[in-house]
Amino acid sequence: MNMKIAVASGKGGTGKTMVATSLALSLIETNQVKLLDCDVEAPNAHLFLHPTFTQEIPAVIRIPKIDPERCTLCGQCVEVCQFHALAKVGKTIMVFPQLCHGCGSCTWNCPEGAIEEIPNPIGVIEKGTTISGIDFTHGKLTLSEPMATPIIRQLKKLEKSSNGTITVIDSPPGASCSVVETVRGVDFVILVTEPTPFGLHDLKQMLGILEDMRIRYGVVINREGIGNAELDRYLEQKGIPILMRIPFDKEIARGIAAGKPLVVIDPNYHEKFKDMYQKINQIIDKSDGRS
Amino acid sequence: MTQQRAKQLVILSGKGGTGKTSLSAAFAYESTHAGMNYKTFFVDADVDAANLSLVLEAQVAEQHEFWGSSQAEIDVQKCTGCGSCESVCRYDAIFPHSEIPGVNWIDPIACDGCAACVYACPEDAISMIPQQEGFWYRSETPYGKFFHAELFPGRENSGKLVTLIKQNARLAADDQSVQLIVIDGPPGIGCPVISACAGTDLGLIVAEPGQAGMHDLQRVLGTLRHFRIPTVICINKADLYPQGTKEIYEFAETQGIEVVGEIPFDESIPLSMLQGVPIQVLYPESPAARAIHKIWHQTVNKLFQYEKQNV
Amino acid sequence: MILLISSQGQNLESPIEHRFGRSPWLIKYDTETKENQALPNPGGRQSGGAGVAAAQFVIDQAADVVISGDFGPNAANALRAADVKMYLFDGNLNNVDDVIDTFLEGKLPAF
Repeated sequence: MNMKIAVASGKGGTGKTMVATSLALSLIETNQVKLLDCDVEAPNAHLFLHPTFTQEIPAVIRIPKIDPERCTLCGQCVEVCQFHALAKVGKTIMVFPQLCHGCGSCTWNCPEGAIEEIPNPIGVIEKGTTISGIDFTHGKLTLSEPMATPIIRQLKKLEKSSNGTITVIDSPPGASCSVVETVRGVDFVILVTEPTPFGLHDLKQMLGILEDMRIRYGVVINREGIGNAELDRYLEQKGIPILMRIPFDKEIARGIAAGKPLVVIDPNYHEKFKDMYQKINQIIDKSDGRS
Repeated sequence: MTQQRAKQLVILSGKGGTGKTSLSAAFAYESTHAGMNYKTFFVDADVDAANLSLVLEAQVAEQHEFWGSSQAEIDVQKCTGCGSCESVCRYDAIFPHSEIPGVNWIDPIACDGCAACVYACPEDAISMIPQQEGFWYRSETPYGKFFHAELFPGRENSGKLVTLIKQNARLAADDQSVQLIVIDGPPGIGCPVISACAGTDLGLIVAEPGQAGMHDLQRVLGTLRHFRIPTVICINKADLYPQGTKEIYEFAETQGIEVVGEIPFDESIPLSMLQGVPIQVLYPESPAARAIHKIWHQTVNKLFQYEKQNV
Repeated sequence: MILLISSQGQNLESPIEHRFGRSPWLIKYDTETKENQALPNPGGRQSGGAGVAAAQFVIDQAADVVISGDFGPNAANALRAADVKMYLFDGNLNNVDDVIDTFLEGKLPAF
């Protein structure tokens, strides 16, 4: 069986990457593990896992290129494009690559067959392996490119995992389209939050998405001790499982800043993460009606 | 030109959770209590995790619907299940209908709104339905008017919504001779960040010491550079990892960027967040509040000095 | 010469609109005949690419000049390619009428 677990949060900086990397490091002892860093705007998992990259794939959007010989300036492409990535200007059709979603609608709708699609690079995907054997992939959005979601889509399509693999996916922060693309099709989402009003507010945004998408989830409370009991009360009232509690500890904060994974800062967490994985399996089995 | 446009300051970080919002709230307090007052409006540009309203004692004065893109919907009466739509959809959004056999269904979560299927359908069974994607608000706070929004979870167009609230803030600022607009930015470097940066006069990056913090600082600085926005840096939780703080100073020096101050780790910040107020309201003498006071002065000096250079 | 000015309303007394792409109206003014016409801006209803949609509309109106508060990079590229001249409002101007007068006096800044 394959297992795909995404680590998400709503609020940024709650410790997603910390949880994702340490979960991967704990599971690699007994499983095949892949780590997919989908936070393509600010990818950081490699700073903790130090993979050796062996493959680089351009991340692209396919944008239209118009053959001026065949184009009759009928304007059909401009008409059908919902994103206004094309304009008819004098005797040419202009293409605005940063507005193009790469949907292909202009290509199919051109009556003259005058449009071909060319790859427009918006970032890069890098693949490699860590010393401990984690199969590592991340995407990096090029600076000043607006759209992160197409890279995430490409990243996830690339990952055809073999049987028995556990895939841990580090999600971007927030609760918009790039997060939806990241968690689409996963078996479980670990929501990392902190017990503060900001943490709780942003967690609720994520819960809305996961309920809509019918994806199972549980919560990791990070930096326990800095906030109040509001988060705990809310989770209890909603019956949301708490997977792990990580106390606020300056030693942990220092270690993470130095680029050390949590399981290296405190090796006791190896067992805690393995237990968490068991807990996740139990939650999945239970909701599948197998126990 | 007699009337001066309000200066726009955008607070960014690359990495999330470095303290942008707490700093924005503290700046709101400074703008009305720091001796030389500036008439200031505030914008929360982190529309998918909008938290600034939680610490500004905001009272909503106006609420507006935000209508974003359209999504495709299939009329089950007309659909013959021919699959033409599925063959053109690049977003894997089209599936057999779960209840009605022989009919297709479009998953609204996966639909990108490109309308390729609309044109591909031989039965004219698909149409584009406009979507409400959130709300935007104008609120009153003790510190000045506040423009913010709530994007519905999972929606696109956060960049459009950011542009919309910034424009409304700017138009209101023009009317009321406001001197400064403080924009609390989203994390990352993508579309909402680009929208938050557009047209601003100064970027203040809140950096956090550490390897990840440094990596994200470099990426967000590159983005601000690309849009030619002058930039300064402040360092939050500077004492938690002094080695990293030193590295930020070194990096800033190689880039010719001023570090306008550092904020120590201080529990007064989360404690004031719990009470829903800027830090100075409850802990005016805390180390973080003192540090922020200096950062505010350095930042506004920088901001209004650029103005002098321009005229 | 055909001018298009971004406007909040439908006549020459209407307040100007500083946004180009999302301006609700564009006032079309013919300097020869002195006739004017209010045109709904198709960009005003777009969620994405409003600037390009508005620029396309201006180009289709065979405008020589377009005046607004600002132009985004995509809209500016399209207008430049079509040889439509872009001018900016002056800070003191409030309605469309004033903008036209000031433009004809040659006192508006080019974009």
